[in-house]
Amino acid sequence: MEIIKVNAEGAQVRIADASFPQPFASGLEYGAPARGPWNIVHLGMLIPESHQIFVCAQGCLRGVVLTAAEMGALDRFSTVAIEESNVLSGNMEDQIIDGVSQILQEMDNPPRAVLVYTSCIHHFMACDLPLVYQTLRQKFPHIDFTDCYMTPTFRQTISPDVLMRRQMYSLLKPLPLEENRINIIGSALPMLAEADIKAWPQKNGYFVGELANCRIYEQYLDMARAAWNISFIPAAKAAGEELEKRLGQKHLYLPLSYDYREIEECLGKLGEALHLPAFDTAGKIRQAEHALEAAAKAVGDTPVVIDYTATTRPLGLARLLLQHGFRVAGVYVDALSGEDRADFDWLQKEAGDLPLYATVHAKSGLLARRQPRESEEKVLAIGQKAAYFANTPYFVNLVEGGGLYGFDGIVKLAAWMIEAMLHEKDTREIIQVKGWGCCG
Amino acid sequence: MNQATRLLSTYTADVSGVCSALYELGGLTVMHDASGCNSTYNTHDEPRWYDRPSMVYISALKEIDAIMGADDKLIGDIVAAARQLQPRFIAIAGSPIPMLIGTDFTAVALEIENQCGIPTLGLATNGMHEYLSGISMAFTALARRFCRPAQPASGSGRPLVNILGATPLDFSVTGNIEALHEAFRQRGYEINSCWAMNSDLDQLANAGAAQVNAVISSAGLALAQWLQEQYGTPYLVGVPWGRLGAAAYFDALRQALHDGSSACFYSGLSGQGSGKQGLIIGEAVTAASLKAALLLQGGWSRIQTACPFRDYASLLGPDDIALEDEKQIRQLMEEADVIIADPIYRRFFKNGKQRQFVDWPHEAYSGRIYRRQIPVCIEEHLDLWQKGWLKEK
Repeated sequence: MEIIKVNAEGAQVRIADASFPQPFASGLEYGAPARGPWNIVHLGMLIPESHQIFVCAQGCLRGVVLTAAEMGALDRFSTVAIEESNVLSGNMEDQIIDGVSQILQEMDNPPRAVLVYTSCIHHFMACDLPLVYQTLRQKFPHIDFTDCYMTPTFRQTISPDVLMRRQMYSLLKPLPLEENRINIIGSALPMLAEADIKAWPQKNGYFVGELANCRIYEQYLDMARAAWNISFIPAAKAAGEELEKRLGQKHLYLPLSYDYREIEECLGKLGEALHLPAFDTAGKIRQAEHALEAAAKAVGDTPVVIDYTATTRPLGLARLLLQHGFRVAGVYVDALSGEDRADFDWLQKEAGDLPLYATVHAKSGLLARRQPRESEEKVLAIGQKAAYFANTPYFVNLVEGGGLYGFDGIVKLAAWMIEAMLHEKDTREIIQVKGWGCCG
Repeated sequence: MNQATRLLSTYTADVSGVCSALYELGGLTVMHDASGCNSTYNTHDEPRWYDRPSMVYISALKEIDAIMGADDKLIGDIVAAARQLQPRFIAIAGSPIPMLIGTDFTAVALEIENQCGIPTLGLATNGMHEYLSGISMAFTALARRFCRPAQPASGSGRPLVNILGATPLDFSVTGNIEALHEAFRQRGYEINSCWAMNSDLDQLANAGAAQVNAVISSAGLALAQWLQEQYGTPYLVGVPWGRLGAAAYFDALRQALHDGSSACFYSGLSGQGSGKQGLIIGEAVTAASLKAALLLQGGWSRIQTACPFRDYASLLGPDDIALEDEKQIRQLMEEADVIIADPIYRRFFKNGKQRQFVDWPHEAYSGRIYRRQIPVCIEEHLDLWQKGWLKEK
């Protein structure tokens, strides 16, 4: 087969020449086979003792069924396939009610909760979903039902990911709030025990709830007792806001950051809200500096590339590493958010030659495994997409920040970079598995 | 199949079939969808990404474009990409929302072709049919557009054969297609084209030069019928699984070549004598061919093929069945001594002293999950695989 050769024009740009927030023109999109980020199935599975039922066309079902199969969770997963006849006859409501009922009636042990996922077609056809859920609740009064969405066509109004992170908590019911309980919400992975926003409140008597640590349904329901919900990734903000309105839990958004000043500000807000004693910022910064120094020594002149699935602040991470002597050779990111603005401006001024690489541009798939190098030079990647595109076995395998946060997060990340430099990974085997930390 | 499924997986859909069929041919294939089809195809249905890149994309359909019927955006994006990438052809395949809003794929294709001069195929898939219909649609559209008048046969004097219906969705990338090619060569045939693995578009375009067509999956049947209509080429349906199966298959192929008549090599075979009762679940042609290979070995009282695709039930034998629902699968599995099926069907298998489940992973069903276990079954390779599961028992 002939090799298709293309130049990188349009799929790569110096940050000094990049537009904000869209560095690349939109068009046809490529999808890299690097699958670490969690999808709506993985996230829903975090609710213990729950069962998922997807109601979609066959083509849409395929990906989610195999997500469940790959994570060994098909026993918690069922489907109802939409056919042309349903669209033509307009019996979409009956189809959901009858299909879900049939599935539940066939189960020996009914689940505590059922997540019914509808798809784009239901919403375009104005399917009466309130009627559907009301009927299901009446038919199965001992089961908690919630509405979930696989609606990628609506992603610019509200993305399925944001919706899912909100709906994960929709089954919580009002309970008396307890001042010594907080939740960290909206993330797929549990925070590492030492993470600043977890360890500090815990050390001062707070119980910290996280969905990823719930093992039984009651533990999940108990999350409604927390007086505060803390979120740290943009996609989780909607969940915090909704819970504040519905359950009266106060919401604190403390964004994941690699900027010492911003981290300090976030921890300050946390301390103030929870009335925590002083935080040893200076000591923590010293630890972060030592860790970065050690990593910089180990990584040396090796180019480092970062992608947007590894962290919600890839430009912030690039900035931190550049400030500490690393040779950052590129950032894989298709679009930027308002939170990236300060880092974008800094990088434009101080590191204007830093390349931004698109991952979904039509050329990206053909350039894959050639960027950012044509030679055999060793590259250290942070994130699965960066590892795929740079074709390197040396990579830090993390998604969505990897459960790291704050100064301690920087210390851990620096250690993981050293580890990744020393040990090759089977990139192809690792990155094709969906949901890092969930099933592989 | 019944629309509600409690425990099992789902076969991949028509839009993935289109992409899989066209992957190696140098075209630019666009799934007109928001994002899900692309992710599913790239993640679960396409094993070739790492070894050979291809121009398969998603149109990234948005709510506002669907509401406004913004075909001009779709057309503009495809034309812009095609001008940069210069593909041999363009194909556009649909998903549920384009179906709902009545996207006219033929008109869209015509407009694109007018703007950039590259042959363009509009394929009205909708994500609601199984992958076989997508592959079939893509192959016939490609043939109608590119197959030229029959060229004189090559100088080798060996009969030329087209293999129709080859995709990783039914044959994976574990060596079955290579072994199949080798089996044809060993028997004195020359591969004229293979639709569509390990052949390029020029080879496919010369399909009319072949003396016989080998239909190795349901997805190749419509193309075989079209080639017969155009060039008078006879075809044989089946796969030469197993030593004895291959012998019967190549006898039938010789007959087809000699008579110029089309046939299905396994249609006359049924169970004889006493022995075990078997059940094979899978795509009609590959499963019925496996049934034939096993029956020829003997030791079976009966083997039934169960095909999950009712549209292709005509390719099954008289004892065989098109599956309706999970209840029926469970019942059929309870009646059989040996079940050969994708490992996901194990969920219905009840262990018993005399009963055995043999894993026969099918990429169109379980994707990449069990790919490493997909056996090569062409000719004597089947015996090796069988030794493995007999030993296991």
